[in-house]
Amino acid sequence: MARYAMVIDTRLCIGCGDCVIACKTENKVPDGLNRDWVLEITRGQYPDLYTEFRSERCNHCSRATCVEACPTGASHYWEDTNIVLVDPDRCTGCKACIAACPYNARFVRPEGYVSKCTFCVHRVEKGLDPACVATCPTYCMHFGTLDDPSTEVSRLLESRKAISLMPETGNEPHVYYLS
Amino acid sequence: MKRREFLKLSGALGGAAVLPSTLLSGCGATPPPPGSGVVKVTPTICEICFWKCAGWVHTEDTKPWKIVGNPEDTHSRGRLCTRGSGGLGAFLDPDRLRAPLLRVEEGGKQRFRQVSWNEALDFAAERLKKIAAEHGPDKVAVFSQAAGAAHFRHLMRAYGTDSFAPPDYAQCRAAREVGFFLTYGETIGGQERTDMANSRCIVLIGTHIGENLHNGQVQTFSEGIHKGATLIVVDPRFSVAAGKAKYWLPIKPGTDLALLLAWMNVLITEGLYDKDYIQRYALGFDKLAEHVKTHTPEWAYLETGLEPDIIRRTAREMAGNAPATLVHPGRHSAWYGDDTQRARALAILNALLGSWGREGGFYMQEEVELPKYPYPKYPKAASGWQDANEGKYPFAYDGTTNVLIEQSVGKDARYKGWLIYEANLPVSVPGVTETIKQAADSLDLIVVVDTMPMEITGHADVVLPECTYLERYDPIRNDRRRQPSLALRMPAFDTQYDSKPGWWIARELGMRLGLEKYFPWKDYSEVIDWQLQQVGSSLQEMQRIGVKSFPRRTAVYLGKDEDYHFPTPSGKIELFSDQLAEHGFDPMPRYTPPDPAPPGFYQLIYGRMPAHTFSRTTNNPLLFQVMPENTVWVNPLTAADWKLKNGDHVQLKNQDGVLSNRVRVRVTERIGPNAVFMAHGFGHTARRLRLAYKVGACDTELITRVKMDPITGSTGMRSNFVTFVTQEV
Repeated sequence: MARYAMVIDTRLCIGCGDCVIACKTENKVPDGLNRDWVLEITRGQYPDLYTEFRSERCNHCSRATCVEACPTGASHYWEDTNIVLVDPDRCTGCKACIAACPYNARFVRPEGYVSKCTFCVHRVEKGLDPACVATCPTYCMHFGTLDDPSTEVSRLLESRKAISLMPETGNEPHVYYLS
Repeated sequence: MKRREFLKLSGALGGAAVLPSTLLSGCGATPPPPGSGVVKVTPTICEICFWKCAGWVHTEDTKPWKIVGNPEDTHSRGRLCTRGSGGLGAFLDPDRLRAPLLRVEEGGKQRFRQVSWNEALDFAAERLKKIAAEHGPDKVAVFSQAAGAAHFRHLMRAYGTDSFAPPDYAQCRAAREVGFFLTYGETIGGQERTDMANSRCIVLIGTHIGENLHNGQVQTFSEGIHKGATLIVVDPRFSVAAGKAKYWLPIKPGTDLALLLAWMNVLITEGLYDKDYIQRYALGFDKLAEHVKTHTPEWAYLETGLEPDIIRRTAREMAGNAPATLVHPGRHSAWYGDDTQRARALAILNALLGSWGREGGFYMQEEVELPKYPYPKYPKAASGWQDANEGKYPFAYDGTTNVLIEQSVGKDARYKGWLIYEANLPVSVPGVTETIKQAADSLDLIVVVDTMPMEITGHADVVLPECTYLERYDPIRNDRRRQPSLALRMPAFDTQYDSKPGWWIARELGMRLGLEKYFPWKDYSEVIDWQLQQVGSSLQEMQRIGVKSFPRRTAVYLGKDEDYHFPTPSGKIELFSDQLAEHGFDPMPRYTPPDPAPPGFYQLIYGRMPAHTFSRTTNNPLLFQVMPENTVWVNPLTAADWKLKNGDHVQLKNQDGVLSNRVRVRVTERIGPNAVFMAHGFGHTARRLRLAYKVGACDTELITRVKMDPITGSTGMRSNFVTFVTQEV
């Protein structure tokens, strides 16, 4: 399975939410719903403080529990990669995937089918970065394949300390945060 | 004890939202991937803030799709910010002004009647003619800002007034620009000339880049940090930038000048300043050295609450990285009433570090030599904003909103009419809520041109609805920047409803006022095309490329040992200002302690948040989804004193008894126990802003104590204090 990854440098992220808006317009996400979001984490007591912002979304796991949980095969991997997509034609809106996702990344669209981040696969196919990565004013987001050690994402994960979210689930998530 | 705050910032309505849905099988045909239809792109310049990034508006199958940055643009480098990406919200907002409105009286009650453009324009022109005949055209004050303001400045100069007061002068950059102008003979400019991408050390003092999302600033700031610059942040609040800093100095509010003087003291007494630079370029060093001699870090500690050791260490850090050390000039600088002196201190500190004109400090700006359209000369106005100042504010370069508003009250007032363009005075100008009402009673005419039914439209006699920036041509963008370039804004969509472009409104008023010779064109695109032809381009070319860069004619930095003549009276950097001394002001910055808080009150600190530009965008349906309301930030100790929990509603009451709209409490360690913070631009009282109406609280209405800067007429807004009203809100 080919592995696409997003690597986000929390040292640079300012939590501006541009990734959220860019995703909403690029992917025509209905009002009130979104495929990515920003967390603020503050620790400590004034004036000894630490704050980190995290742009979060579907982690496009290599062993995705949502794909396993889907009874109709609507949730699937795109072309032997870790990019997880939902086929609206086959989705019954049963929400088994929503319960199975450790990241709360999925939602039901007004039409009744489940939706979420696609890593902008329609752009990736054309060799473009996902919309959030392409617009980020701090250049804190990176996208690419981990199968080639020379890509930016491979080099960043090789040279910097990184975490992924809840790796203990065994899902093998592919959104990484540099600290 | 470690505390951990966990807060979903944006996308609060996101992944977890559960919508009512029926269990369907095969819930729908797979929609085609975005961009698979017929995609059309049109160049634009963003109008959601004043950074003026160039972008491409995308439509798919003629429907609005997205706006992205133009990669050729040095303002945006192909990346728009949150607000720019949300620009379509301004176009799609169902609350937009749709048709001209005229105030009418029916049965003793006033209301707005929807009228034709002819009726609205005839009314405005007749009243303007009447004012000109009875009092003189100079008795009309103009409050305007943003790109389209140029059309109305042109119209009103032709009409015969010279009383212009944009809020972005007195409420924002005035003191900074004058402080640097007095020192270097040049201003910072609307697009700051900061070379942060190449800085080795960046010092932010009170400015919160990151939350203040001016695109080029954020991009170069981020690049500087990425390349390893040391960041020093001075802020009573743990700003986003503070969270990235090596040194965060949680200063006592209002004491910046004490810190700046102490930093100068360390640089001079330890011999760390750039001696060659000062000797070559500066005047008044000996007087400065004498002046700051007593301003030791120990002295500053008592004022600022910052340990002498940290003041010394940060000064040495700055000197160690100089001249690639940028002490950022900030932007909004209308704070404590001594703001020009504070800006002077910033300018002088940078001079000691040798950063002006140096890589990693301040670069030299350049714009394209673009000829102006050959209009006839404007008539000389019989009086102007300088006369309204009545001898005060001798270094002002524009009118002060508050002064012109105050001079509009009563039958004997100087001003008889107002023209307001994109300036929502009640929410942008502090301390004038009542004055505006009184002025509205006595003025013969108030014309408001806007895209949205802002608070100010409620005071208008006639409201002229402008279409949004995505539906119009505006002046070519030609800013003083690192790379000279031109950019085009053109209509991406037909004008919606019965709105019109600003140029059209200005021209129609001009024709009715007998000013035909100032409008010798039918469509503003003719002006743009003429100008572009003069520099070897054309409207047609710019419609295709959006942005065109031109080679620089001068150097970006000072040359090594260059014999540079600064455009000050002495030709040198003026550490000691004879100009200020001649007008009876302190020739070198002097520290004044801030007003103490009354017992039980907290310093009110306001600021920016990245999803919004002041009150202009809080109703934008896209940006609203990222940040629907503001909160009042309260330290946990303060919250405990008042038994406040996260999410509780409170009202704020200021030192003069003014009560705010209700606002949610955010209990956070990121603000100290002696202050509260809130984002500016919320708490709208205009009912027709259906998303933003009464959501959150308005900081401006709590700023009733305005401290005028005697040098510029800048309106100091940080000497206000609030307490909580917790019952039944």
